[in-house]
This record gives sequence, C-alpha cells and structure tokens, in this order.
Amino acid sequence: MTFIMPAATLAHREVVRFGRQRSRVLGALLTPVVFWVLLGSGLGSSFSSTVTAGDTTYLEYFFPGTLALIVLFTAIFSSISLIEDRHQGFLQAVLAAPASRASIALGKITGSTILATFQGMLLLALAPAAGLSLSWSAIPMVFVACLALAFALGALGFAVAWKIDSVQGFHSIMNLLLLPMWVLSGALFPAEGAAGWLRFLLTINPLTYGVAALRRALYPPEAVAAGALPSFGLSIAVTLAFGLVCYIGATLMVSRDDTA
Amino acid sequence: MPTDTSHPAGADVPAHTPAEHDTHPGSQPALQVQDLVYSYGERRALDGVSFDVAPGEIFGLLGPNGSGKTTLFSILSTLKRPQGGSAHIFGLDVTGAADRVRAVLGVAFQHPSIDPQLTCTENLHHQGHLYGQRGSALATRSAELLERFGLADRAGDRAGTLSGGMQRRLELAKTLLHQPRILVLDEPATGLDVSARGLLWEDLKRLQGETGVTIVLTTHLMQEADRCDRLAVMNRGKIAVIGSPAALKDEIGGEVLHIEAESPDVLAVDIQKRFGHEVTAVDGEVRLEDARAHRLVPELIEAFPGRVRSVRISPPTLEDVFLHATGHTFHEEESDSPANGKSA
Repeated sequence: MTFIMPAATLAHREVVRFGRQRSRVLGALLTPVVFWVLLGSGLGSSFSSTVTAGDTTYLEYFFPGTLALIVLFTAIFSSISLIEDRHQGFLQAVLAAPASRASIALGKITGSTILATFQGMLLLALAPAAGLSLSWSAIPMVFVACLALAFALGALGFAVAWKIDSVQGFHSIMNLLLLPMWVLSGALFPAEGAAGWLRFLLTINPLTYGVAALRRALYPPEAVAAGALPSFGLSIAVTLAFGLVCYIGATLMVSRDDTA
Repeated sequence: MPTDTSHPAGADVPAHTPAEHDTHPGSQPALQVQDLVYSYGERRALDGVSFDVAPGEIFGLLGPNGSGKTTLFSILSTLKRPQGGSAHIFGLDVTGAADRVRAVLGVAFQHPSIDPQLTCTENLHHQGHLYGQRGSALATRSAELLERFGLADRAGDRAGTLSGGMQRRLELAKTLLHQPRILVLDEPATGLDVSARGLLWEDLKRLQGETGVTIVLTTHLMQEADRCDRLAVMNRGKIAVIGSPAALKDEIGGEVLHIEAESPDVLAVDIQKRFGHEVTAVDGEVRLEDARAHRLVPELIEAFPGRVRSVRISPPTLEDVFLHATGHTFHEEESDSPANGKSA
C-alpha cells in the first residue's frame, strides 16, 4: 500500500492542480496549434513533396510532430512544477514521508503522463476540423502512442529537473536538449534526404520513435513512406524502454538525494 | 556498531552501544544525536554535535543563521545523511532505518509544505495517502484535526486563501495526521505575528500535554527559545550550552551590568584587572555578569571617574547566555563574521 497510494495521490494532485490553473491548459494546448498552422502552412509551400508519399501535404506531415510537441510541452510544464514543489517546501514533505522513492517518482511522472496524453487527444479531436481525415481505428493507436511518448518524456523531464534548482536553469536545459530532440525526431523533416550525420542523430534520438509511432498510428501505411519508418510495435517498444530507463534513473536520483 | 572483542576475559562489560549511556536505564530517549558531522565542501556546518531529548519534551535548537541548526534539522527529518556520527529516533537510525523513522516522525518545514492550490481537506487527504492512510479513517482524522485547529469552516477553501497563521495551523495539522511520536519543526514561528505565534505555542503546549508527543524545534528567536523545556544553544556547528532556559540563565548569575563607556574595550580590560571579574566588551558596552552586580556600581564609578557614561542592570536573558557561551552577541553572529577568529 505504501507504493500505490503515494503514487496515486501524487498523480491525482498533478491533475487537480492542472485543472485549477487555466493558463496552463490554454498555453499547453494553443501553442502547438499555432505552431502547427503557422509553421506547417508557411513551410508547406516550399517543402518538396518527394519526401512524403504522393498527396500528403506538409500540414499533414507536420501533424504527428505537433502532437509530439504538445506532449513535450506538458512534460516540460510538469518538470517545472517539480522545481516549484522543491522551492515551496511541498517536495520536502513528500520526501519525509515513508513512501517508497520509486512510488514518488512514479506518481509525479504518471501525473504528467495523464495530462500530456489528455492534451494530445484533445489536439487529435481538432484534426478533422483542420481537414485531416482520420479513421476511427486510428484513435486507439494514437492513444497508445501518446501514452508511451508522454511517459517517456515525463520520465526524462523528471530526471533532468531533479538536480536543477531553478526554473531558469531548466529553461536552458530545455533549449539545449529537449527542443533539439524534438527538431531531430522526424517531426519537422523526414530522415531520408537528410545528411548522413543528421540521419544518424535521428536514428539514435529516442523521440524519433515516439513521433514514428504517432505517424504510423495516424496514417495508413501506404501514405507514410513506410520503408524509412520503424514499425509501430518497434516504435512503441523503444519509446517505452527509453521511458523506463529514465524512470529508473529518476528513482535512483530520488533515493540518493542529499540536497533537499 | 562492531562488537568490541578487546575486553579481557572475565570482564563482562557489554560492548557500548549509543543507547546505553542514557542515565535512566529503561527509558529510551526520543532522540539521540551523537557526534554528528556535516560539511558543505570546506565549511563545517555540524562539527560533532551530541545531545539527547527525552520523550515528551519540547526541545529547542537556538542559534543564529549559519549555526548549523537547519542542517541538523534536515538530518533529523531524514532528508540529509550525516557524514559522521549518528542520530537515533526512538532507537531507530535516521539513515539505516529511514522508512521506519519517517513513520514515527512528523516534520514541518520552514517553507510551508501545504499546496495552495488544494483545499484544506485535500491537503490533509493527500498527506494521509503518502503515509498509507485512506478511506473513512482518514476522512475522520482529517476532519478532527481541522476542527481542533479551528479550520473546520475553511475545510473546502483552497489553502492559498488562508491567512499566514491559519496556514501554519494547517501545516501543523498535516504534520500530526499520522500521529507521529516526535515532531521536528523548522522555525515554526517564522512569518507569524505576535498573536499567531502565541496561538501556535498554545497549540504546541496543548499537544504536548494531551498526547505526550516529543517536539524538537529550531529557532533564532529568544522569546520562542524561552518557552522550550530544554534548549541547546548552537554556534558555528557546535553546541555551546545545553539546559533549561531558566538553568542556563541561572548559570550566568543573578544580574547583568551593562556599562556604557567611551572606549568599552579599554574599560573592559581595566575592570578585569582591577576587580578580577570576567567582563566582555560588545556592541559598544561592557557587560559584567554577577549574582550581586548592583553592589559593584558605586565602586565602578569611583574607580573609573568620567569613563562610565551610564550603567544599566538587568536580569540575564538568553541573549546573555549566548554571549556568555560564545563570546559574541547573537546579532553579531547573525550578521555573520567568519573572521572573528574563534576556532573552538
């Protein structure tokens, strides 16, 4: 019981807090929409259609990347809340409780995962309005892909934010690590056609697999330049494995922490 | 602790364990701190701190900022690991048995740990879940505590809308939820006005009386330290003196003479030479502690004509206790003078 209850209550708190901060809901949801429409439309006109299959527009190509971005943003917000929890003293009280350190990390990451998945699905609901045709069968796959990606990014964000004691410090890490990860995930441009070293970075970037999973989930195989993308199953497996590594790392950091 | 095998045969002295040097066999101390050491790089925050706290005591750690009391608090609350020495809470090692310690320990941090976005009830339920409590037992206990701390009518309000004093009470309620045997409070009166501070102390005393809980708190306020049963005065990582506030003041003597003078340093030396009394020159005055200090006043004035501007007599305060034990005033130490050269 000292594992489930603390994790559940920490996750629950994240969701409750989120709902009570309207600006967070708006910010995390609207930013990627704006991104998608402006950047997608702007780049679309100069984007060669040879890298995508047939009649895919850039706006369509960019949609999975936008979903990944929304998940990333939510993970970032949650990571920042970890730093705030530490500053406010809330985290110290959690650490002074006899809850297992693994459940503390899991609770915080689960909260982030729930929120990010929820927002991803919310954006998905907007997709038809933007002229994207979706089959019903895509929805559960997108859900699974969002969930895996949200967990991975939530765990990564937790592990990164744990040792950082200022929100400013986290922003610099975010600009240095998280945003480049997104840019090099196949969200903006596909691997084929990119220079060799870029393609290598794309291959080793765990986020590539999250975006690939979303792309596989959203579009029928014939529309996805399928040969270049890892399969849905592999993409989910890599994403989850990466999340698990980050979660274990986060748990070890919480257990060894001596700076609270 | 390794068993000592070096005892000569026949000498049936058991190996010494920390729990055994208690003067009252059978009564286990609530808290036992031994030779605690903690450094931040070069700076020693705790430099061999040892003391015991008896069950049911309100024990104060009085010290200026930087004296090491916050580091000590962090170790007692299981958030920092000692680099040397040990701390036991009801016989449990704070590092080796951290989870069992956490279960009997109630911690209140200087920064409020309540979540301002959650309601009072939600804050308590959340805390209960962290301690593995749930269901109707938790709901009843939360409601009881809110009632007890006069927060029942604010139960559904967000904690962020409460006054500072109410937030402290909620914090205390949160700390008590799992019925800890020992409370560790970091500067509990910080940010409270005089009346809220008074209420807090009423609460603490009432708790002590009703539940017999042991309370250990840090403070840099003399008025607060005065209300503790016993007190450890901390200075630069060490315990300067330890005892009840009354006993500590009695040790100094009945009266303190404050002599205002043109050049207190010189006068201090001269007084010491002439009267053989131990005196200190601080804050632009000479201080002299003596059971019957008032008798010295005429002699002083006659002995140093024109050099004494005024003389004031007061009973000793904890301020004087600190000065007596460390050689400098509390406020000097607060404003931090590392070059003061006391290497103790």
